[in-house]
Amino acid sequence: MIDGEERWQRANLALACFALDPAAAGGIWLRARVGPVRDRFLAGLDLAVRGQKVSRLHPNIGDDALFGGIDLATTLGQGILTRTKGLLDAPGVLILPMAERAKAGLAARLARALDDHRGLSLIALDEGAGPEERIPECLADRLAIHIDLSDLALSDAPGLQIDTDAIVEARRLLPKVTVSEGTISDLAQVAVRLGILSLRAPLQALAIARASAALSGETEVDEPDLLTAVELVLAPRATQLPESPAEEPSEPEPPQDETPPTEAEDTSDSEDTPHIPAEMMLEAARALLPPDLLARMEAGRAARNAAAAAGSGAAKKGNRRGRPLPSRAGRMGGDARVDLVATLRAAAPWQTIRRKMTGRDDRLHIRMSDIRLRQFEERSDRAIIFVVDASGSSALARLAEAKGAIELLLAEAYSRRDHVALVAFRGDGADVILPPTRSLVQTKRRLGQLPGGGGTPLAAGLKAALELAALAQGKGMTPSIALLTDGRANVDLSGIADRAQAAEDATRMARAIRARGLSGLVIDTGLRPTRGLDGLAKEMRVPYLPLPRADARAVSAAVETALETA
Amino acid sequence: MTDLSTSGAFPFSAIVGQDDMKLAMILTAIDPGIGGVLVFGDRGTGKSTAVRGLAALLPPIRAVAGCPVNSAREADVPDWAQVHDHSIVEKPTPVVDLPLGATEDRVVGALDIEKALAHGEKAFEPGLLARANRGYLYIDEVNLLEDHLVDLLLDVAQSGQNVVEREGLSIRHPARFVLVGSGNPEEGELRPQLLDRFGLSVEVESPKDIDVRIEVIRRRDAFDRNRDGFLADWHQRDMDLRARIVSARAALAHVDADDAILRDCARLCVALGSDGLRGELTLLRAARALAAFEDAAAVTREHLRRVAPPALRHRLRRDPLDEAGSTTRVTRTVEEVLA
Repeated sequence: MIDGEERWQRANLALACFALDPAAAGGIWLRARVGPVRDRFLAGLDLAVRGQKVSRLHPNIGDDALFGGIDLATTLGQGILTRTKGLLDAPGVLILPMAERAKAGLAARLARALDDHRGLSLIALDEGAGPEERIPECLADRLAIHIDLSDLALSDAPGLQIDTDAIVEARRLLPKVTVSEGTISDLAQVAVRLGILSLRAPLQALAIARASAALSGETEVDEPDLLTAVELVLAPRATQLPESPAEEPSEPEPPQDETPPTEAEDTSDSEDTPHIPAEMMLEAARALLPPDLLARMEAGRAARNAAAAAGSGAAKKGNRRGRPLPSRAGRMGGDARVDLVATLRAAAPWQTIRRKMTGRDDRLHIRMSDIRLRQFEERSDRAIIFVVDASGSSALARLAEAKGAIELLLAEAYSRRDHVALVAFRGDGADVILPPTRSLVQTKRRLGQLPGGGGTPLAAGLKAALELAALAQGKGMTPSIALLTDGRANVDLSGIADRAQAAEDATRMARAIRARGLSGLVIDTGLRPTRGLDGLAKEMRVPYLPLPRADARAVSAAVETALETA
Repeated sequence: MTDLSTSGAFPFSAIVGQDDMKLAMILTAIDPGIGGVLVFGDRGTGKSTAVRGLAALLPPIRAVAGCPVNSAREADVPDWAQVHDHSIVEKPTPVVDLPLGATEDRVVGALDIEKALAHGEKAFEPGLLARANRGYLYIDEVNLLEDHLVDLLLDVAQSGQNVVEREGLSIRHPARFVLVGSGNPEEGELRPQLLDRFGLSVEVESPKDIDVRIEVIRRRDAFDRNRDGFLADWHQRDMDLRARIVSARAALAHVDADDAILRDCARLCVALGSDGLRGELTLLRAARALAAFEDAAAVTREHLRRVAPPALRHRLRRDPLDEAGSTTRVTRTVEEVLA
């Protein structure tokens, strides 16, 4: 790990590079918790961008603040249409605190604004606690500089020295900075070898390299500038260790002489400029790569999936658009809908007074304070999908317990808006016994008819559950999968009894379930814990619970607890 | 802020590679009846750039100057619109951006609160759908769109008409547009019903070839450094492309498709098990547009072969375990059927 002082130095350099041409850099993604270190950095930022418009946003900022809207107070008071200016209308530096909480909608708007070349730049202050809490990907991609100041000791972070004069001077120099042809291809190659797919990254690296050159008073991008660009832009984005395949994270980093020469040397077409081999940049990047790179990536990916599950869907959307609540006073904004009737009702008692006050009685007098907004309570329904093993190995009694648990859960469902679905697997395939329902009568009847016996086509059961879950998500529900089984898969997806293939199919289905970011749990109803089932739960990334003597009540309680905490 | 039809965007013809995506967009420009393009793929692959470039590339439309729905003739101007200027002018083809999290009001239009409160008038404030009429509606991150908006769009895209019944308003206006959606499939799936509405779907990925990547960076860098010069350099190519699109539009009606081709379309769709007739129709229209674009007199199997993946790949039943992806399935089937 690199030491704190060095990181702080780099943050200092990053600020200077950013301040030179904020719009070209797009912005800074600063990962740090609130604290004196971050405060010092922000104090430095203030110095660095002095003279430019700096506006603070917040994660729940509305459209009227971003894009401008009607100034209702003035409009209503004077009867003349007055508009406010939006924060995105004029060039400047935007600061977004709590950026990890920014919703997809805000992120998309900001990303669009950054793309539009209106001289905007964004400092995203990410206070995420763990690797799974991070700013939306579309913003991360557009912010050139990624800095991580978390866990930095205050002693390592003295007040930043920003030489504003030097920045002004360098800004003048910036348009004159030239880049050799070979540099562009070098940056592209380094990006590829670090596993960076986005094409924005090498472009941003180029911009930072130019800024760095201008800062050091040069008119040509030189070796140290490229190293700076790699450190600030490329290394934090790396998704693989150069040269070593991503599957072998534990392998020690290959020494330098083992790395094969890149094509950069041969493809270079510029002889007159000194050519920095891509190797050197890779070396610099390698020194900065966090040792737990792959673990972090995994967490990031899981977070993305989870965010997608929450953001696009279920939790937020609700399938009924919510129960109307009483209107409340508030400001008109992008998201709010005015409750006209309530607004008029609020304004009605004042009409006589207001007419007298303004001396005009030709119209309704409505003031800001009269505005009432509609409110909806939106809660998403849960759908618990039981995947029950009805094979021969599952004793009939256990099946009865599963049935009992489902009935119990459903009995409570009315109060909690849960839907329950049931998939049974046995023989050579799986059947959806019960599509998501809240009907107790229907459930009882179908459960009674549930037959048992035959092989254990676990994968088929999971597949049916996954399809049901997708369906439920489409209807705005939040599905979870509860798997009750006591055996190992011995029938594969095509219905053939092949233990090895069956296990592999089950694992693949479990991964597919994880990829959708579904919650759930695996209940082992066998008398002794079954080998392999906990592995399967791990693949699904859900809790594993051996419940050898489970009765209906215990199963129901377990499902309840597992899903509450999920 | 939502109108993309301004110049100054990265030129469409200067986009390196991504031929599938560019072709799909050109085909819908030739025949808007194809019904939209869905672009799915990695970040930073030029999805948004292409749409914005397309806005600048498309030939202008002739429309009533003050009309909120871009009516072509004075008689078509809806009565709720208070249009003072009835002259016919050339407007750039509207390419309207539907931002994530846009409210229903902004999309379909709503009571003009401003007029209602300040002047006591009941007026309709047209939304994005009105502005997109006769043009394009672009939805970035379409897979993150809220469900109720998706339902709404489906309805309008289907009927070509936007009906507003709310807050004492009862208004309808034409809303015929080409949907262009883009998104990253890692972040969420799209509902099959909405998938089906898109005529063509393309998958883009970051170019793997290092030389292509270098060229992308070089051009983008040149664009950023000297925008006017770059635009001037590429203007002629954009105009050539525009001319080809215009002539292809004219040629479209005269492109033949004989019974054998129709039979091929049907056989392909049956073999792939794509639901409904929409797939066949789109396949035929796209093939015809391609033939027109390439100055061919009739649709050939070669045309079918090229448009089959974009026209059909999103209409297959999803198999969660099929990692090969639907593109491979379509290509395989095309090879078998058209062998």
